[in-house]
Amino acid sequence: MGAYLDNSATTKVCEKAKNYMLEALESCWGNPSSLHEKGIEADNLLLKARETVAKALSCEKDEILFTSGGTEGNNLAVFGAAYGNKRKGNRVITSAIEHPSVQKAFDRLEKEGFEVIRIGTDAYGEIDFDALTDAVNEKTVLVSIMAVNNEVGTIQPVDKIASVIKRKNSPAFFHIDAVQAFGKIPLNVKKLGADLMTVSSHKIHGPKGVGALFIKKGTKLTPVTVGGGQERDIRPGTEPMPAIAGFMGAVEELTVKASLEKTTALRDSFIGDIAKREGIVINSPADALPYIINLSLPGYRSETLLNFLSDSGFYVSSGSACAKGHKSHVLTAMKLPDSLTDSSLRISLSRFTTDEELDSFLEALDKAMKVIMKK
Amino acid sequence: MKEVLLIKNGELALKGLNRSTFEDVLVKNMKRRLLKSAGKFTFTKSQSTIVAEPVDEDVDFDAAVETVKKVFGIVAFSKAAVTEKDLQCMKDTALSYLGDDLRSVKTFKVNAKRSDKRFPLTSPEICREVGAHLLRSIPSLRVDVHNPDITVTVEVRDKNVFIHGNQIKGAGGMPVGTAGRVALLVSGGIDSPVAGWMMAKRGLQLSAIHFAAPPYTSKRAEMKVRDLVSIVAKYSGRVNFAVVNFTEIQEAIKEHCPEELFTIIMRRMMMKISIRLAERDGCGALVTGESLGQVASQTLGAIACTDAAVNMPVFRPLIGMDKNEIITVSRAIGAFETSILPYEDCCTVFTPKHPRTRPTIELIEKAESVFDFSEMLDRAVETAKFEFVD
Repeated sequence: MGAYLDNSATTKVCEKAKNYMLEALESCWGNPSSLHEKGIEADNLLLKARETVAKALSCEKDEILFTSGGTEGNNLAVFGAAYGNKRKGNRVITSAIEHPSVQKAFDRLEKEGFEVIRIGTDAYGEIDFDALTDAVNEKTVLVSIMAVNNEVGTIQPVDKIASVIKRKNSPAFFHIDAVQAFGKIPLNVKKLGADLMTVSSHKIHGPKGVGALFIKKGTKLTPVTVGGGQERDIRPGTEPMPAIAGFMGAVEELTVKASLEKTTALRDSFIGDIAKREGIVINSPADALPYIINLSLPGYRSETLLNFLSDSGFYVSSGSACAKGHKSHVLTAMKLPDSLTDSSLRISLSRFTTDEELDSFLEALDKAMKVIMKK
Repeated sequence: MKEVLLIKNGELALKGLNRSTFEDVLVKNMKRRLLKSAGKFTFTKSQSTIVAEPVDEDVDFDAAVETVKKVFGIVAFSKAAVTEKDLQCMKDTALSYLGDDLRSVKTFKVNAKRSDKRFPLTSPEICREVGAHLLRSIPSLRVDVHNPDITVTVEVRDKNVFIHGNQIKGAGGMPVGTAGRVALLVSGGIDSPVAGWMMAKRGLQLSAIHFAAPPYTSKRAEMKVRDLVSIVAKYSGRVNFAVVNFTEIQEAIKEHCPEELFTIIMRRMMMKISIRLAERDGCGALVTGESLGQVASQTLGAIACTDAAVNMPVFRPLIGMDKNEIITVSRAIGAFETSILPYEDCCTVFTPKHPRTRPTIELIEKAESVFDFSEMLDRAVETAKFEFVD
């Protein structure tokens, strides 16, 4: 028996998403911008999808913009907000553990002359909130922090950031990269006080190639692409209806709170089993998102373990890309020793993951550890 | 307009009595490679020139030029327009074929070769006529007979006229297939593709042998090696590629032999397997990408121990090169980007912390003798997977 335990990389498309996609491909293939009946039909589907995603994030439907996924959403939010807000100041703030689609966008802003502040983390991967508070000032135009870290699962204090920005009298827009959090913890954009929030479809059992960006009313974004006026001209391009329909199906199927409870119980018993074994270190904090478990097996190499597990049908990812120098920037920010970063594995669950799957995974891991000779 | 490729005898890297055999091999290599990348070409040897002529009109001529640039045995070649033996045609063709190039430079000269002496104009007259026409048509152009940016060559031959601009630099070396066959040990790093390229340049056909240790090493690592071999094959032609499953031998070395000797014993086992595969393929030597002192297994002492395991010449074309020099070649042949993709290879999986840099053969042979590897070596040879990589 094998198991797919790499759900933070991507997930299997659920039945409903698949059915909605097929339906859209077969009968709803019109261009939503066309004036005729075929176009109106597609536009109605687009409207329905927009309402569905808006409801899931507790916002208005015209605050939802469809994108091609997490990378585009993050790029558009970071560049769009920094450029759109430029005349108010020059400082932009992010953390040291963001996804590359945020991280590299800030790198480019830095080259273009913005003052970039990157907030560090503690040993559990939680951002230094005091440092963030100190960094926000009247010249800050953007703060972008992820809701949940994709490698270790640490939940960031994003619910407290909006009030800091307000208190400091800062004109900053607040962007949350919620790609890993969406569908897994309750996200209410109003309560979070976010101006921008990125979500993606393929992390929640929807198809790849689609996602959404929440843009609070009145938030001025400078578009990154130009074209035929779709998506309020902020993200022009004919809408990919089959993908958007699939995304809608996946969102309809979400059971955030029940799945969170179930997965927390699953994770806790899994961690308990691991604690009984020698030589495995858990890098994720105890209050991390239960869907992501990052662990290290000092003395073993991530990639070797991954290959062995893959061979017996268990799919996980290595926290650190390889032995040839590409260390995880997240584990490095957490200041973990090399012995832990070089041997880390990320096990990521979905709401469909079962107890049996995790048990047999542990058996496979025991076997791999026995076979692989320690270095 | 009809285009051909011209490869002059003087531009062939080879001289002497073997030339005609070498030319035949070269033509065969070009023909096969062009067929794959650009289309069908016919080859004629006339008046000390090999003329490569496309059979179909819609052949991708730019791809053909790129392909010929990678064929060993050619120092330089030209792409030429073919026109009639008529002065007006020659003038028009020179302008239309080379006009864009001439407009982007400052100086030129015309060089005429009249091998058909019945043609009414002499070479200096042709130069004057064609040169004047180009000067009139492109006002920005000046003549410089000593150091021109572009030399326009007009060749009046028996049947027609060839017009071409500057020569294109070829890959040099000797035609692959004129020197025999060797087996390259390819790991997936930067060095071995460069070593293979260098030996192909001397006219050798290549076999390649890769050692995989699944599941310690991944399928992706093997795919990467295949990609590297196919980059080398763009220069060397088809490569016989063998993948050896090395897992149980590595595990046995780890279990039975001292840790500090692991890498050298591993290299010796690889060599022992390689010569058997190489002999099967008709190879006369092994090739590795070792460079002296680069890592512990590439010291003088370690290389002596490795070589003592085999009775076949081992070529190490990179032995005196620095890493930077190797990287320069790797980039030039287009292998670097693939080489640096990060996957574990079987050399790094068990690497000892403190490898022995000055081993002796006696020490190694004694360490090896505690376990009988022969059955595993047989199995590794028997289970090796073969494929052709182009």
